[in-house]
Amino acid sequence: MNALDATLTQYIDPYYLRIMILLGINIILALGLNLITGVTGQLSMGHAGFMSIGAYTSAILSMQFGFSYLMALLTGAAVAAFFGFLIGIPTLRLEGDYLAMVTIGFAEIIRVFFLNFEPGGRAVGLSGIPQHTNFITVWLIALIIIALNTRLLKSRMGRAFYAIRENEIAAASTGIDTTRLKILAFTAGSFLGGLGGGLYSHYMYYINPQDFGFMKSIELLNMVILGGMGSIPGTILGSFILTLAPEMLRIVAEYRLLFYGALLVILMIFRPNGILGDVRIYDLKKRWGRKEVKTCQS
Amino acid sequence: MFWEQLLNGLTLGSTYALIALGYTMVYGIVQLINFAHGEIYMFGAFAGLILVSFFGFNLIAAMLVAMLFCMLLGILVERIAYRPLRGKSSRLSALISAIGVSIFLSTLMALMAGTNTHRYPEVIAHQTYHLGSLDLSLMQILILAVSALLMIGLQFMVQKTRIGKAMRACSQDLDASYLMGINVNRVISFTFAVGSALAAAGGVMVGVYYNAVWPYMGMMAGLKAFAAAVMGGIGSIPGAMIGGLSLGIMEIMGVAYLSSSYKDAIAFGMLILVLLIRPQGLMGQKISKKV
Amino acid sequence: MPVLTLEGISQEFGGLRALDGVNMVVEEGEIFGIIGPNGAGKTTLFNIITGIYIPSEGDLIFKEQRINRMATHNIARLGIGRTFQNIRLFNKLSVLDNVRVGSHGISRSGFFKSLLGLPSMLREEKEIKGRAEELLELVGLYDKKMEYADNLAYGEQRRLEIARALALKPSLLLLDEPAAGMNSGEKVELMKLIEQIRQEMKLTILLVEHDMSLVMNICERIAVLDYGRKIAEGPPEEIKNDERVIQSYLGVGA
Repeated sequence: MNALDATLTQYIDPYYLRIMILLGINIILALGLNLITGVTGQLSMGHAGFMSIGAYTSAILSMQFGFSYLMALLTGAAVAAFFGFLIGIPTLRLEGDYLAMVTIGFAEIIRVFFLNFEPGGRAVGLSGIPQHTNFITVWLIALIIIALNTRLLKSRMGRAFYAIRENEIAAASTGIDTTRLKILAFTAGSFLGGLGGGLYSHYMYYINPQDFGFMKSIELLNMVILGGMGSIPGTILGSFILTLAPEMLRIVAEYRLLFYGALLVILMIFRPNGILGDVRIYDLKKRWGRKEVKTCQS
Repeated sequence: MFWEQLLNGLTLGSTYALIALGYTMVYGIVQLINFAHGEIYMFGAFAGLILVSFFGFNLIAAMLVAMLFCMLLGILVERIAYRPLRGKSSRLSALISAIGVSIFLSTLMALMAGTNTHRYPEVIAHQTYHLGSLDLSLMQILILAVSALLMIGLQFMVQKTRIGKAMRACSQDLDASYLMGINVNRVISFTFAVGSALAAAGGVMVGVYYNAVWPYMGMMAGLKAFAAAVMGGIGSIPGAMIGGLSLGIMEIMGVAYLSSSYKDAIAFGMLILVLLIRPQGLMGQKISKKV
Repeated sequence: MPVLTLEGISQEFGGLRALDGVNMVVEEGEIFGIIGPNGAGKTTLFNIITGIYIPSEGDLIFKEQRINRMATHNIARLGIGRTFQNIRLFNKLSVLDNVRVGSHGISRSGFFKSLLGLPSMLREEKEIKGRAEELLELVGLYDKKMEYADNLAYGEQRRLEIARALALKPSLLLLDEPAAGMNSGEKVELMKLIEQIRQEMKLTILLVEHDMSLVMNICERIAVLDYGRKIAEGPPEEIKNDERVIQSYLGVGA
C-alpha cells in the first residue's frame, strides 16, 4: 500500500479509501469515453482496450525501464492515444453499429495480444507494479481532467463535437471537418483511457488481461450512459453509481450480478435517457430563477 | 489435411451461422443488437443437456424441445426488456437493456448450474465415415445436415410464406408495415422466436460436438457470431449464413496453419478487414441517406 | 460578376441520371430561384453545390474556383451556406448554440487553445456569441435563445436554420424550401427577411421552393428543372407563361 494512503487510513476506513480511489480512476476513464461516445456520438464499446494499453505500457516502463511515475503515466496515455488515432482513422468511416462492432473487435484483439505478450506476463499477468497511485494523485489528476473537459465542452470545439453527434451532415455544412474531429475525439478519449489505465496498474500492484475484457468496456459505457449522455455531471454521477453499486451489492453476494443485470434493464425502461439525461439544465436554471445561464451542458 | 480442416471449419461455421441468423433477423427489423442472444444459445445447450441426461431424450428430440424452450425464452425477453423501449428511446438504451439481460441470464445459469463445465452423456455413436480420403464423424454430418436443413427452411419461410413476407416488410419499413395492417408486435415476437430456436439448435449441437456446456459459453460465441453477422452485412439473412460459415472456416484454418493462441482474435481481425474494404458488409446494401 | 457557375453538371446514381447537363450562372447579389416538380433534381443540385455529392460530369465554379471535388466543410469555409429541406438542427443543443456552431467555419480556436482557455480563444468566444445573438435578434428568436432547438415551433426552426447558415458570413446562401410548412403570414415575414439579408449582408441567394407566389415575388431570375434537365430560365414573367414549364407541372398533375 502506498505510503500516503497508509497514513490516510488512520482517518479513513481503508475500504472507503479504496472505493474513492477507484472512483477517481473510473471518472477519468469515463470522461474519456464520454468525449468519444457521449459528446461526439461515436459508439465505442472497446474502451477497456485503451485502458489496458495504458496500464501495461506504464507498468512496464516504470518496472523495466526506470521511468518516473509521471513519465510512465503520460507515456502510457500517449501510446494509448496513438492507437486510438490509428484505430480511429479507418473505423470512423463506419456508421453506428458497425463502428461499435469494430471497436469491440479491436479491444478483443488487444486483449488477445496481451494474453500472448511475454513482457506482460501473458495470461499470468504482471505483478510487482510500484504502487505510486494514491488518493491525492488520483484526485488531483481527476480534478484537472474534469476542469479541462468542462472548458473544452463549452468552447467552439466542444460545440463542434456535439454538433457531429446531433447531425453530422448539418455539422459539415457549417465548416466542421467531421472526420478530423471524430478522430480527434477518439484520440483524446483514448488518451484519458490510457491515463486511467496507468493509474489503475500503479494502484492495483497486479494486472492481467482479464481485467480489461469486454465486460470492463461495458461497465465504462454504462457509466457514461447511466448518468446522462454527453454531460460531465452525468458521467461523474454514472461513475459514482457504478463504482459504488458492486460494493453495495456485496450484501447480496453471489446474486450481485443478477441484480446488476436486472438493474440495467429496469433503469433503461424507466430512465432511458440516463438519470440526469432528462433533467435539462436550462429548465432547472429557469425554475431556480438564475439569470446567468450556462450553455452546452445538455 | 486441408480438406479435413475445411470440413471442421464448415462444421464450426454452421453453428456460428445459426447464431448469427438470430442477430441479423432481429437487427433487420428493430435495429437492435440483441446482446442476450448468446445467452439464449447457452440456455439451449443446457436445456438439451438436461433433457438428455435426466429425461433420457434422444438427441433430435432434445434439440426440438430445447428449440421450443428457447423460443419461449426469446419471446419473454423481448416482451420484458425490449418492447417497453421500442420507439420511445434511443437505440443505445435498448442496447444497454440487452446487455443487462445478457448479464442476468448468464449469472442465473451460473447460479443454477455452477460455473464448471458440464458434459453431455453419450448421445451419438462415435461413428466415422470415409468419403474418399476424408474422415467424417457422425456428429459432423449431423451438424452439417441439420444446419443446412434449418437454413433452407428459414429461407423458404422468409421468401414463400405470409409471415415471412411480413418479416421482410417490417425490415424494410416498420411504420409502413404497421399502417398496412401488419401486426408488428407479433412479427417481432415471431422473429425473436425463430432466431432463438436456431440458436438453441446450434447450442445443443455444439454442446455435443465439443462435449462442453458452461454458463459463459454464450459470451464469446455470441460476440463472434455477431461479428460474423456484421461481416456478412447486418440485416441480411444470406449474409449471416455466409459470414458464419466463412468465420468458422477462417478460424479453423487460422488455428491449423497460423497459431492457436490467437484464435479468438481471428474472428475480429477478419471482421475489421472486411469492413475496411466494404463498409456495409459482404451482402449489405449501401444505404444512401436522404439529405 | 458570376458567383456560381454550373457547366454541364450531370449526376448519376447507379442507373438513374438525376441531373443531366445542367448549365446555370448565378450573378452576384441576385435572388435566383430553382423550381420544378418533385424529383426533378433540385435538392440533388444543392447537394452537389455544397459538396455532399461529387458530380459525375461537368464543372462547378464558385468565384472562379473549381470546387467539384471539394469536401462539404471546405466549401462551407469558402462562403457557401445552406439550409436543408428536412430540417437539420442540432436538436439537443440550445438555439444559441445552434447559431454559434454555424460560425465554426470562420473561427479558429483549436483543440489545445480551447483546452487552455487562452485569451485569444476567450475573445473569439465573445465575438461568436455576439454575432449569434445579433442573428437571433434578426430572425426574431432572441427570446428563445436558451430553448432546446427541438422545442421550437416548425416555422421557428426554419428561421433558426437560416440564422445558423448566416453565422458563417457566407457570400452565397442556399435555401432549400425555406417556406415549407409555413402559413401565409409566416411566408410574408420570410420574404421580408430574405430581402433584408440580401441587402444588409450583400448575399447572393439561391432558392429552391414550391410556393409559386413566393418564388415569383422575390426571385429576379428562375430556372426550371424537370427530370434532371433545365427546361427554362428567365425572369418570373417569362417563366410564368412558358409552355414547357406549364406542361411539366400540369403533366405531373401538380
